[in-house]
Amino acid sequence: MPYKTVKDLPLKENFGPGHRLCQGCGAGIIARLVTKVAGDNTIITNATGCLEVSSTFYPDTAWGIPWIHIAFENAAAAASGIRAAYNAMIRKGLKDSSPNVIALGGDGGTADIGLQALSGALERGDHFTYICYDNEAYMNTGIQRSSATPYGAWTTTSPPGKLSPGQKTEKKNLVAIAVAHGIKYAATANVAYIVDAANKIEKALNTSGASFIHFLSPCTPGWRIDTASSVKVSRLAVQTALWPLYEVVNGEYITTVKVAKRLPVTEYLKVQGRFRHIVNKPEEVAKIQAIADSNAAKFGYGPLSQ
Amino acid sequence: MKTILLSGNTSLSYAVKQLDVDVISAYPITPQTTMVEKLSEYVANGELNAEFIPVESEHSALTAALAASAAGARVFTSTSSQGLLLMHEILFITAAMRMPVVMGIADRAVSAPINIWNDHSDIMAQRDAGWICFFAESAQEAYDKTIQSYRVAEDENVHLPVNLNFDGFILTHTYEPVTTLDDEEVLKYAPKKIRSLVLDPKSPYTFGALGSPEYYFEAKYQAVKALEDSFDAIVKADKEYKKISGRGYGIFNAYMTDDADTILVSLGSIGGSVREIVRRMRRDGAKVGSLSLKLFRPFPAKQIVDTLLKTKSVVVLEKATSPGAISGPLHMEIQASLKTFDVTIPAINIIAGLGGREIGPEDIRIMFNKGLKVASQKRVDTIMDYVGVNI
Ligand SMILES: Cc1ncc(C[n+]2csc(CCOP(=O)(O)OP(=O)(O)O)c2C)c(N)n1
Repeated sequence: MPYKTVKDLPLKENFGPGHRLCQGCGAGIIARLVTKVAGDNTIITNATGCLEVSSTFYPDTAWGIPWIHIAFENAAAAASGIRAAYNAMIRKGLKDSSPNVIALGGDGGTADIGLQALSGALERGDHFTYICYDNEAYMNTGIQRSSATPYGAWTTTSPPGKLSPGQKTEKKNLVAIAVAHGIKYAATANVAYIVDAANKIEKALNTSGASFIHFLSPCTPGWRIDTASSVKVSRLAVQTALWPLYEVVNGEYITTVKVAKRLPVTEYLKVQGRFRHIVNKPEEVAKIQAIADSNAAKFGYGPLSQ
Repeated sequence: MKTILLSGNTSLSYAVKQLDVDVISAYPITPQTTMVEKLSEYVANGELNAEFIPVESEHSALTAALAASAAGARVFTSTSSQGLLLMHEILFITAAMRMPVVMGIADRAVSAPINIWNDHSDIMAQRDAGWICFFAESAQEAYDKTIQSYRVAEDENVHLPVNLNFDGFILTHTYEPVTTLDDEEVLKYAPKKIRSLVLDPKSPYTFGALGSPEYYFEAKYQAVKALEDSFDAIVKADKEYKKISGRGYGIFNAYMTDDADTILVSLGSIGGSVREIVRRMRRDGAKVGSLSLKLFRPFPAKQIVDTLLKTKSVVVLEKATSPGAISGPLHMEIQASLKTFDVTIPAINIIAGLGGREIGPEDIRIMFNKGLKVASQKRVDTIMDYVGVNI
């Protein structure tokens, strides 16, 4: 049954209290939602990164379900191992029920150093769901660029300067990469659209084989935004068409949240300190607007509202 | 009990099949490849009820094995050379997380230049990862030690990963008649255990948490101590194995050491050749002996020193180097062991066989003669020497 409102979400909490994530951290919202939807019969493997270090500061743990962290670049391979163990042990009568297996990784652990392990697991079709919480930089090590950092953004290793606009490249298209492996379900998600996200998590978990969700995860220190505004800023990413919400079912792209009147990208850029240096440069803003326009055309978002 | 023709590689595969391993995750690399091929065949034709994960790299091979072990499965992986180096990061994590993973290592030189032949550079570069580390001398021993490895790794008082080293090509590809146990005997000796501290929604645990300075040291200490303490379980496993199979290996093979003027210490398949040269040289009246180590971690320092005690010199034959150090890894340990127990015997290091350079009978004679010279001179001129290299 699809969720219609947030009131339909399971009440049982399996994430927190006790984590040490920043106020307004998107990864905390995502972890909470994922564990709610997935329920008790779930095993999580988590790549090194903010979520991992902040949720399991020994002897505390924020996780009410089994959870394992091994290293930075291998959450997908760990998921394969857990699934294989359960497959074999269920066949041999050593375990009786098959859990959800979920891998959680940041954009660095997914799009950069972990891309090889992810590709291996997706290609093998191992039955698990990979969820990338994308805060658009290596936040745990202090805001360095990744291949998922958006064009123009300031990070400590993409500093704007006389010769540089900030991040020089456009975001790597992770969903397209995942879909290219022939997996049956992939989607984007956003913390401002919780019901949409919950339904996608559920669909991913119910997909046979591998599934992938690319979740925008606001980072208040990294994006230089107010701690109370992370959901609002995330919503602007959708409303500007910089983070279109869609799913890819058996290779078919379906827009899940339509935006009738798009906002100009400046609405998104101007509220974030990481874009401060370009928001008043029309030629740079135009480049980012072009990305949004192209997304809008692809996903059927409406015209810009002036 | 059945005697079959097996290579080093297929003897491991055969043992893994009998051990009813649940998950195998491995990546091919010469000279380990035929082992992985055989295992995938067993799984494909239903002879082994296991999941074979054809991972995309060795890093993932060990990760998946570790994770499957954390989920409670009996697991196996294997690799060699560059593959072992690629696993480096996860080797430490496997040991510190106390996962009873068993891995076969077909020892091979490391690049550059790329070289597929045997030496021990790969495992020596991983010696501080915290694994129990065995060396085999034959396919028979590789088979027997694989079975022992599971018994030791899964022992409640040990709970550590084990790697079993057997020389690339020399052992991996040489066929010999191997006497096997019956399947039931194998599982009776190394029974599969239901572990309670695993990834199971019925009793949720967090694995791999962050260890701050208040806790990290203790966690590390416990893993190091566990390796040190695994010695008794290793010895016991070998003795019990001897009871059911008639074959036991001890922690080393000491041959003609009692009255030897010089003893050559070695690792792996070369042991057999060394003993043959001992026999020949003894016929000519030279008092030489051989100590071939089967257990490298935990390092049996006391037992080695007790065996070397009465000799006049020691030659450490080594198929690895520790560039820039005073000598090779094994020699440094032997030297340190002697000193630790206040024994003053000159010990020289001979580096040989790198990248598969053959170590012939004449080479071993040269090594013994160097040892005999040191024994009569009572002093060491060159600590580290090379045999077989063209300089
Ligand atoms: C092999 C390896 N390289 C580098 C690091 C250091 N490191 C830890 S977390 C991290 C960045 C994580 O970034 P991301 O995956 O985007 O997650 P986030 O911290 O932003 O949540 C880095 C570089 C590491 N732990 N392991």
